[in-house]
Formats: sequence, structure tokens, C-alpha cells
Amino acid sequence: MTTQTLLHERDRSRQAFLSRSTLLTSLVLIVGMLVVLVLNALPESSAWHVSNATVSLLGKYFTYMLLALAVDLIWGYLGILSLGHGAFFALGGYAMGLYLNAQTSPLPGWQSIMTYFPVAALAVLLAPGLLALVFGWLAFRSRVTGVYFSIITQALTFALMLAFNRNEMGMGGSTGLTRFYELLGFSLASEGMTVALFVASGMAVLLAFWLCRAITVSRLGRVSVATRDAEARVRFIGYRVDHVKLALFVVSAMIAGVAGALYVPQVGIINPSTFAPLFSIEVVVWVALGGRATLYGALLGALVVNYLKTVLTGVMPDAWLFILGGLFVLVTMLLPQGIAGVISTWRGKRHDGEEQDRQEVSA
Amino acid sequence: MTKIQHSTGRFLTRLLMHSVLLCLLMAWGLSVSQTAAAAVSDAQSRALLEALDTRSFQAKGDAAQAIAESDAEQKTRWLQALLDGRLGKERRGERFYIVTDDSGREWPIIDAITFEDAGTGTRRTVEVFKINNDLRTRIQGLLASLSLSAGNETSRLAAAERLVGEVTADNADSVRAMRDDEESQSVRGQLDVALALYDVQQGDIDALETLRGNLDTRVRNTLTPIAAGDSELAAEAQSVLGGIESKRAWYDRAQTLFFGLSAGSILVLAAIGLAITFGVMGVINMAHGELIMIGAYTTWMIQQALPGQPGLALALAIPGGFLVAGAFGVVIERTVIRFLKGRPLETLLATFGLSLILQQLVRSVFSPLNRRVTSPDWLQGAWQINEALSLTLNRLAVLLFCLVVFAGLWALMRYTRLGLEVRAVTQNRAMARAMGVRATRVDMLTFGLGAGVAGLAGVALSQLTNVGPNLGQGYIVDSFLVVVFGGVGNLWGTLVAGMSLGVINQVLQPWVGAVLAKIIVLVGVILFIQKRPQGIFAPKGRTS
Repeated sequence: MTTQTLLHERDRSRQAFLSRSTLLTSLVLIVGMLVVLVLNALPESSAWHVSNATVSLLGKYFTYMLLALAVDLIWGYLGILSLGHGAFFALGGYAMGLYLNAQTSPLPGWQSIMTYFPVAALAVLLAPGLLALVFGWLAFRSRVTGVYFSIITQALTFALMLAFNRNEMGMGGSTGLTRFYELLGFSLASEGMTVALFVASGMAVLLAFWLCRAITVSRLGRVSVATRDAEARVRFIGYRVDHVKLALFVVSAMIAGVAGALYVPQVGIINPSTFAPLFSIEVVVWVALGGRATLYGALLGALVVNYLKTVLTGVMPDAWLFILGGLFVLVTMLLPQGIAGVISTWRGKRHDGEEQDRQEVSA
Repeated sequence: MTKIQHSTGRFLTRLLMHSVLLCLLMAWGLSVSQTAAAAVSDAQSRALLEALDTRSFQAKGDAAQAIAESDAEQKTRWLQALLDGRLGKERRGERFYIVTDDSGREWPIIDAITFEDAGTGTRRTVEVFKINNDLRTRIQGLLASLSLSAGNETSRLAAAERLVGEVTADNADSVRAMRDDEESQSVRGQLDVALALYDVQQGDIDALETLRGNLDTRVRNTLTPIAAGDSELAAEAQSVLGGIESKRAWYDRAQTLFFGLSAGSILVLAAIGLAITFGVMGVINMAHGELIMIGAYTTWMIQQALPGQPGLALALAIPGGFLVAGAFGVVIERTVIRFLKGRPLETLLATFGLSLILQQLVRSVFSPLNRRVTSPDWLQGAWQINEALSLTLNRLAVLLFCLVVFAGLWALMRYTRLGLEVRAVTQNRAMARAMGVRATRVDMLTFGLGAGVAGLAGVALSQLTNVGPNLGQGYIVDSFLVVVFGGVGNLWGTLVAGMSLGVINQVLQPWVGAVLAKIIVLVGVILFIQKRPQGIFAPKGRTS
């Protein structure tokens, strides 16, 4: 009894918001962003120059990292595996897409309200948020957990994919939304806009990282980790487990929505394939490779896998699915803790708060 | 003949009578053919055909009628050729030809009167007699009544069916005469319908009784304008039409039910393997769809190895698909799943990775293109029960196959040693091991069994759709929903869930379209699972 209390006290002291890994991750993000900006500003003749295309690509990676954070928040710290997070990402993307389309030609019907940026920005948060609220409320209230939850989230994103493929939805059918020219009155094609979107995405990752960190060290985060490890026990103690799950699920969906909204202007298109179950499950492998239940692991995983994808699909397109499939198998079998796990083993037994959380992570 | 046999009784007499009769028949046949040949000389034939060489379609029709009423032997062939637009006349000459093949530029032709080979002709040398729609209808009627007077029962029945709606003032009397002479009950019934339809058009109210409950589209189409009027006849026709419509509606419902069950049987076949691996073993196998695909590719490969024998290939593919997919399943279980025991989410991810690898493997080894598996003859076509209801044979076969597979699997789980061991391991692994059940072997075999059944689903699917690398992908979400909807660990639940989802989908489709129907079913199942996480048939006791 005493030891447990002691452990508890020690944990609390270690669960400070500014742990070493948080500082380090923030620092790497900020310095990385600055370096890219400086290198981008160099004259094109310079060997160190980073082209706009690369900046845009990195901006896209940032949005993927944001999405990975969203998945990690609920998978790593709450133990619920969503195979449909691409749906929230895509909903945010579609909200942004509607707004961008409205800049060139007025939209019909109810969509016309998306002409105003504040409305669109609200929609980016509310569309995925509300879906997550309704879906999560239904699911958690009736205690749908584990694999069942994963399967119905997959069915959800599959149903949405079918729905958005229909022309009657007014979302461009299978082509999706495209032909974006202006954002907030500035041309999307301009160099400044590329850099601005890159910085915005980077800042979003940083803010979301801090938000997730704040949540995980808060009481809410501690209850959620407890829920992950022993749901029934937490419920018997008297916590409303469904409320905890719902809160984190909605926050996670909103982060995914923001990621989608930042993704769309940088890529220039949003279509129903973003709802495809394959994309959502790919996100899970980013987190699994990086190391679930560590926030920096999710960021790292998203970056590594997507960089690999960019390089490999260019060099040998046929091999990519072999490698992605192999990653799924090898990571789950050989690296259950992901890269973050390797790093922490390599650093010896010097735990900080995050690794504590990650112990005994099992579905 | 039978009468004679009975009346004589004695063998010798019978034999004698036989030979006499045969001789008589032969003599009569000879004389008939001789008189026919004598009746129409070549000159007369020429005159008959010459009458067709006119611009007026009315005159052409009369000429065709004259041909039909003549004694010329070749009349059926002439009329058929005329109907097909292949009867023609030499442009600079007096000969008549039948074009045997008008697909190319040079047509092989035969003489229309002697049917002797006449070399080739072209558009320039042979002028084909043109016909219009009215004339076509008329010729069809003529041909029908021609074949009514000759041929066996099947061809007479076909002719009688063609006559429905084609009876006109021209041929009504002859059809009536033929109906009275007709011996076959079914042909007579069909002729009655044809005549009744004509009589109704002439205003005969009693004839409507014959048409009551007839499902023929032509009857409905003819009655619809008649029912539009205000007379007593119209009111009566209205009631007959109403009866026909409600009968059709019932058959339509039966048809929808059949399509639903057929779609459902595919779902059940795809899901039943999962019901074993996921439901019984608790292993999430996301590569299940790819095992289905492997079964389908096995069918395709066996068919490539046995060209021209799709029936044999299919028969071999059933055990083949089972074994190949089952072998893949055993390998997957041995190399991956065994190490992830008790970690369902990790199993899910690893098997998903396997599914990607298998898909890409098929793309690299075969090709990303779809392959076509030809169905054997006895699976092609449809079983036409009546005008409103026809069951596609391959779908019917898949439905039966599904039931057989289900029954086999159920019996296996219920009555065999393996089934007993599987149930024991599922219920209490430790206790089962203590009793001497080799749990790891049971795991391997169970997973192999589930995978083999997926292979069987692939064999069945190859008869319905093209075989491609993405074949299985489309079934994975559906299959899981079926298993969860039916209640995990419950084979009966899977059967009921799959069939009902198939039927619901088919019932919704005409109202909202295929895609929306699918969405509604998906959302419906999602909501149902929220309400009843244990599915339709909740497992008893504390197993959940």
C-alpha cells in the first residue's frame, strides 16, 4: 500500500508538463522549421537551397504528423484503436475545400455560408467534432470496445466514402473538390503562401503537441491511461469512463479535422479516397512504427513512413505495398513499442513520464 | 398404333400389323413429298418470289401471305430469310438468292429455289428485299402459324407463344382452326390466350376470363389501352389487369427475395470463414479477403490448366481452392498470428499488412488486370419459372453451395473430434490442454479451416465476378459486420445475419439506389451494434 502511494507521488512529480522529451521535441520542431525557412530563403544557385516543392512536401508531412498525434492520443493513451480517423481528416479537408471553392464561385444552397472564413474555420472543428460526438456517444455508452470499435469505425469511414462518392452530396462526387486559387485573399500559387502554409502547419503541430501533452499529464489523461489498462476497475472506482473516452475522442477528431484543413490547400485536392479504409489504417502504422503512447513517437513515425513512401513510390512503385505490409507485420511482431521503444531501451532505464505510460501497453 | 396393339393381342399379328403400317406410312410419306414437289414447279416458285419484288410493303405482305398459303416446300425458309433481310434478287437477272452470311463485304449466297451454292455476291449484284416493322410483324405471324401446323410439340409451343399479340383478322380463322385440331394441352392453352387477346381487342368481354392471371407482358401491354376506356369492357379489363399486376408484384417480390438471398449467400460465404477465425478463435484476420482472392485465383489457374473443360475445372477448384487457401492460412498462423496471441489489435494490424503483401504479390505474379473465369454451360443462363420470375443459374448454384458449405461446417463443429477440440479450446484453453488437447495444433487447424472456407468463397465468387487483386478487399468490411451483427462465435447468427443483410439491401435498392442502400445497411448495422453489442444471437453465459 505504502509503496503504491509512493509510486503515485513519484509519478506525479515526473508528470510535469515540461518534461525533457517535450522540451526536446518542441525544440527539434522549431529549429527544424527555422532551418527549412532559412534554407528556402537561400538563392536557388546555392547547394543548400530547399525548393518550394520540398517546403510544400514538408508542410504536407506536418499535416500527417498532426493526424498521427490525433490517432496516438486515443490509441496510445486511451487504448481505443480507430480505423476511421481518415474520415475526420477528410471532413476537415472538405470543409476547407468548400471554403476555397467559394472564393472563386458562389456555392449553392446551405454551402454558401462556407464563403466566410470564420464559418469555415468553425466547420473544420465542428464537422469532425460533432460526428465524433454522436458516434462516440453511441459507441461508448453501449460499451463497444476493442476490436468491435475498430471494425465499426472502419465501417463508418467506408460508408462515408460511398456517400461522398455520390454526386447528390454536392461534394464533387468521385472527383472531389479541386480548383483552389485563393486563401484569405492571397493566391495559393504564390511562394509566400507555400511558406505561410508550411509555417501554419508546423505551428499547428507544435500547438497540438502541447495540447496533447497537457491533456496526458492532466487528471483527465491519468484517468484515460487507467481506463486503457483496466477499464472495469476505473468504472468501479466511480469514474464515468464513457465521458472520458468521449472527451478524448472528440478532441482527437478535431485535431484530425485541422490536419485535413491544412492538408487541402497544400495538396490542392480533396476527394473521397481520403475516406478509404486503407488510408486510415496507414495512419495507424505510422503511430505503431513511431511508438504508441509517446507523442514524439507518433510525430516521428508519421515523418519516417511518409518520407519512405515519397522516396520509394518514386524509385520502385511496385515495392511500396510490400514494404508497407512488411512494416505492419514486423513492427507489431518485433517492435511492439516502435522506434520510441528502441530509443528508450538504448537510453537505458532512464524513464521519464512518458515511458511510464507506455509500459504494459497492450490492447 | 397402341390401339391396334391392344386389339390384336397376339405377337405375330402385331408384328405383321407393324410392318404393314410401316409400309403404308412410308408409301404415304413418299407420295406426299412427290405431290409437294409436283405441286409447285420452279416457274411457280419464281412467280411467288417475283411478287415480293415491289416497292409497296402492303403488296409485299400480300406476296408473303401468298407464299405462306402456297404448297411450296421452301416457304418457311423463304419467309425466314425475308424476315432476316437475306432474301434478294439478282440485280441484272432473274435469279433469287438467299444470303447465308451478310457480315462481310462479299456474301456467300445460295440459290433461293434450289438451295444450291451460287458463289458469292455483293451489295451491288444482289438486291435484298427490304421490309418495315409492320411487315416484320406480319411475317412473324405467318411463320408462327406455319410452324404451328408442323413440327413437334416444343416447336409448336414456341410458335404458339410467338402468336400472342400477333393474331390479326388475316390469320384469326386459321389459328382458330389449328387450335381445334391441336392435341397438346399446353399448346392449346397458349393458342387460347393468343385468340382471347384478339377477341378482346375485337370487344369480346367473355374472352377476358381466359386472360385472367396471365403474366405475359404482351397481354398486359394490349390490355392497358383497352382498360383506359369507359365501357363495361374497360371496367372488366381493369379488373383483369389489376389481378395481373398484383400477381406480378408477388413474383417481383419473390425475385427480390431470390436476389437478396443470393447476395446474402455471398456475404455468408465470405463471412463464414471469419466466423470461425474471429468468432471461434478470436483472431482478427484482416487478410481474410485476400484468402478469398487466393481461392478465386486458384479456380482461374486450374481453368487455365484445363482449357475447354470449365466443368471439370470447377469441380477440381472446389477442393483446390480450399486446400490452397487453407495452406496459406496455416502458414499465416504459424508465422505471424501465433506470436500475437491475446493481442487482438496487434493481430489486426499484422494481418492487415499481410493482406497488402498478398495483394501486391498477386499483382506482381499475375497482373493487376482482372481475369475472367468462364462458367460451365450448366451454370449459364436462367431457370425461367414463368414470365415474371426467372432465377439465374449461377446465383442459384452459389446459394446452394453456400448452404452446403454451411451445413458441412456446422456438422464439422458439432460432430467431429476436431470440432469438439475447437469448442473445448475456445471455452477454456487451460482446461482443454490439461485434458490432453494439443491447443496449438487445434489453433493451426482451426485457422486453416477458416482460411480454406474463405478459399471456397473465392471459388464461388469467381463464377459471379471477374477475378482481380482487389477482389477480396471489398468483402472485408462487410464480412466483419456480418459476423459481429450475427453474434460472434455463432455460425447460425452469421447465416441469418448475412442472408438478412442481403435481402434488406435488395429491398432498399429500387427505392434509393445501390450505393445509398449499401450506406443505409452499413449505418443500420453500426447502430444495431451500438444497441446490441452481442449481435442478433447473443452468446449464452459469461463468454462475452
